[in-house]
Amino acid sequence: MAVTRSGKVRAAALVTGAGLLLTACGGAKVGETGTASTGGSKGCGTFNLAVNPWVGYEANAAVIAQVAEKQLGCKVVKKDLKEEVAWQGFATGEVDAVVENWAHDDLKKKYIDEQKVAVSAGPTGNKGVIGWYVAPWMAKKYPDITDGKNLNKYASLFKTSESDGKGQLLDGDPSFVTNDAALVKNLKLDYKVVYAGSETALITAFRQSEKQQKPVIGYFYEPQWFLSEVKLVKVNLPAYTEGCDADPAKVACDYPPYELDKIVSKKFADSGSPAYTLVKNFTWTNDDQNLVAKYIAQDKMSADEAAAKWVADNPDKVKAWLPTS
Amino acid sequence: MTAVSATTAVAARLPARRYLIALAIAVWAAGWALLRGHDTLALGGAELTPLHGALSDAMDAIDDSRNTNPFFLYFINYIRLFLDEAVTAVQALISQPALGRPVPVLGWLGVTGLATAVALLYGNRRVALLTAAGFLSFGALGLWQESMDTLALTLTAVALSLAVGIPLGICAGLSDRFHRLVTPVLDFMQTMPTFVYLAPLTLFFLIGPASATVATMIYAIPPAIRITAHGIRQVSSDTLEAGTSLGATPAQALRHVRLPMAKQTIIVGVNQTIMAALSMATIAALIDAPGLGQTVLKALQTLDVGTAFNAGLAIVIMAVVLDRVTSAASRRVEAERRAGRMRTTRGRRLEVAGVLGVAGVLAYLSYTYVWAAEFPIAANAGPYVRRAADAASQWVQDSLVTYTDALKNLLTNQFLNRLEALLTGSPWWLVTIVAVALALLVGSVRAALVTAAGLLLLVLLGLWQDSMVTLASTIVATVLVMLLGVVAGVWIGRSDRADTVLRPVLDAGQTMPAFVYLVPILGLFGATRFTAIIAAVVFAAPVAIKLVAEGIRGVSPTTVEAATSAGASTWQLISKVQLPMARSAVTLAASQGLIYVLSMVVVGGLVGAGALGYDVVAGFSQHQLRGKGLAAGLAIVVLGIVLDRVMRAATQRADVAAHGGPHHK
Repeated sequence: MAVTRSGKVRAAALVTGAGLLLTACGGAKVGETGTASTGGSKGCGTFNLAVNPWVGYEANAAVIAQVAEKQLGCKVVKKDLKEEVAWQGFATGEVDAVVENWAHDDLKKKYIDEQKVAVSAGPTGNKGVIGWYVAPWMAKKYPDITDGKNLNKYASLFKTSESDGKGQLLDGDPSFVTNDAALVKNLKLDYKVVYAGSETALITAFRQSEKQQKPVIGYFYEPQWFLSEVKLVKVNLPAYTEGCDADPAKVACDYPPYELDKIVSKKFADSGSPAYTLVKNFTWTNDDQNLVAKYIAQDKMSADEAAAKWVADNPDKVKAWLPTS
Repeated sequence: MTAVSATTAVAARLPARRYLIALAIAVWAAGWALLRGHDTLALGGAELTPLHGALSDAMDAIDDSRNTNPFFLYFINYIRLFLDEAVTAVQALISQPALGRPVPVLGWLGVTGLATAVALLYGNRRVALLTAAGFLSFGALGLWQESMDTLALTLTAVALSLAVGIPLGICAGLSDRFHRLVTPVLDFMQTMPTFVYLAPLTLFFLIGPASATVATMIYAIPPAIRITAHGIRQVSSDTLEAGTSLGATPAQALRHVRLPMAKQTIIVGVNQTIMAALSMATIAALIDAPGLGQTVLKALQTLDVGTAFNAGLAIVIMAVVLDRVTSAASRRVEAERRAGRMRTTRGRRLEVAGVLGVAGVLAYLSYTYVWAAEFPIAANAGPYVRRAADAASQWVQDSLVTYTDALKNLLTNQFLNRLEALLTGSPWWLVTIVAVALALLVGSVRAALVTAAGLLLLVLLGLWQDSMVTLASTIVATVLVMLLGVVAGVWIGRSDRADTVLRPVLDAGQTMPAFVYLVPILGLFGATRFTAIIAAVVFAAPVAIKLVAEGIRGVSPTTVEAATSAGASTWQLISKVQLPMARSAVTLAASQGLIYVLSMVVVGGLVGAGALGYDVVAGFSQHQLRGKGLAAGLAIVVLGIVLDRVMRAATQRADVAAHGGPHHK
């Protein structure tokens, strides 16, 4: 019994094997067509680029990688990492550049000032804004809601199962430092901070808010691809002045404007690599980034396709970043 | 020890234990009403205690010594090199361009052929067919390379986990002392959230395959050790005595009696190790582990449910294939052991040669020809899956949201908020006293001591209130898991058809990365604690259901027949016969359900649960909060150990009561 069964198996195997061999005769062989050699030009070598997990960053990284690869002949290795891990990479020599950094003064202190393994490579040209936002339908229906002074009037609108009878202020992409709990207290607002816990949760909340006309107020920031889908409206708190956020417990003003910047490892900066010059020279506007981010997030292009398209459409901007020689 | 059992005996004899439990709860409620808001030890999201600062500093100190400490230079670095090489070698074989070729050594045809051959030789024809279909579907989903990267990492991590875990498991099976020593360590490894050690791992093992492998192994080794030890232990003492009386030395007894008898259980351990390793695929992607996890995380950044689902589906298929093949292998081992060798060696040899021959031909073709190396792009069904998943997710979010909102509000206001108010609003010392009293009443003196120590530790960690918020959600989620577990478990246990239909659904619930369904459930329930509870239930209920079903099926048919012929109705049969007889399975389901719920606390933190889960996530993302994140991770471990020990003590007491009082030593 067992023998006949395996005999059948073998027969079947021979037939399929022979069939496959026959069909295989026409196929192209591996390595027959000339393979593209990577990293042609001398002097650039490998460029380790950290990719932090948000679309705006990915847009910066994709465009820089595209130019480094195609125009400078570098071998770009993209590493998908959270910010903290990416900075650690400066110390271990595994990351050459972070190309969109939101402040992170504590990391700067540790890796730039103390360990001296990283240096700043200047601003990206993008201006970061952090604050409290509502969906556009709310701003239209309650025009004075964009003034922070009127927030208590609307607190009851924002009540949820999570907020203990107060208004809910949806907070907390965990990657961002917030003063919101202190702000609520110091501005005497009848709100409770609820930690959404991720960008995904915040975006979903705002998306549902606009679609279902459900009141939501929460922490958000720009540049961010989602704003090109739903144009959230910022609520103005007492304006930021230099030093008004010095004591985190007593802060009662809006968030400062952020100049997003680039950080590179000391070793990379000293290497004289053309990729370093590219990173240092790279700057563009919020509109530029939003466009590439839209290609990725809404038009569902891959990051490489999106970057290639933008680079092809903006040769002059790209030219200004390239090493002069 | 004698004092402990004496007190337990006294406590068991107390006639009014039930009234005492009611009294303790009444005292608590009264204390809450009187002292609400006192000594609640609240700590804001960005506030830190000195201990959190000290933990941060300690972690910094370890970072800084990395380049000078000989431990790192000579020990960790070599482990890292070894792990990197191992993973890269497997990747070169099946997933990444290697040896100067634009494609890996084996293409899709070769890998599929080899996998099918393995399934055929160790399992049976059905699982071989499943394996072939599964591997082809990776290509059909347009995710061949990503799937192979995940497979490479998983297989390497599993092989190493087994190499470490099985010998340790044998030790733990043979030595009670070692078993006691290793159990809390394993509890720790399984309940400590990965996010806590993910960032520090990259300092030790650098960014790359080594860190991802270690992260996976930390989570995958415990089941290998536990289940191997269990298998060694359950070999009946009669069999062993027979061996010893024939003059077998302990080493011979191990090799010729214990190991062969435990072989089937050890394969179950292999199976669980694979599942655990695969469940780390997404999280490991946060430190640049290649594969399907990357696809899921990237898609999540743009809330692209379709793409995330497509990749999640590939993970589920991989899990199901690996699960069915290892299960079939384990059944085959058992059958062969029972019946002796069925096949003649010659027949088997012919079969092996034939199957390997075909696989070899396929492997050669995929090495040589492009069509067999790269999966044909024309066969890509990924876009259809993506669009269908997108549409389904959209429809669910748009049309069900009114009902789900009402359900969320009802359950949150009626149960969760009240429980949470009681836990967080009472003074910490009152909660501790009541909890210790309850542990003593339902469990044992030992459980009460663990409870006291655990709750005081939560106070020391500076996270009392967050821990209580998390505890409230955990309790509600575990209750829901057990409700589902018992209802669906009984149904599946009694009906084979239900089993066939529901099992793939359960497998999907267990292995689909939570990140895939976060967007639709966030759309339905908002960023709330309830969303976190739902995510935990989706993940934990399948385990509970499977275990209960297993227990119901284990009730002997004669007992069931006797009850039926005595005129018991279906309801009586279930409630009076099947469930009571499956009690130990139900308890196991509850304790496993609880562990699974706790392992979702961090995911809960991502969708609005706040508290400990959020503390851990924030600690992973913000440098100044990482001490607090570590403390929150420890708090989750403490909660897990306290709940587990109390539950076990309660079960033991119930068992003793069921068997007519404490008449053991």
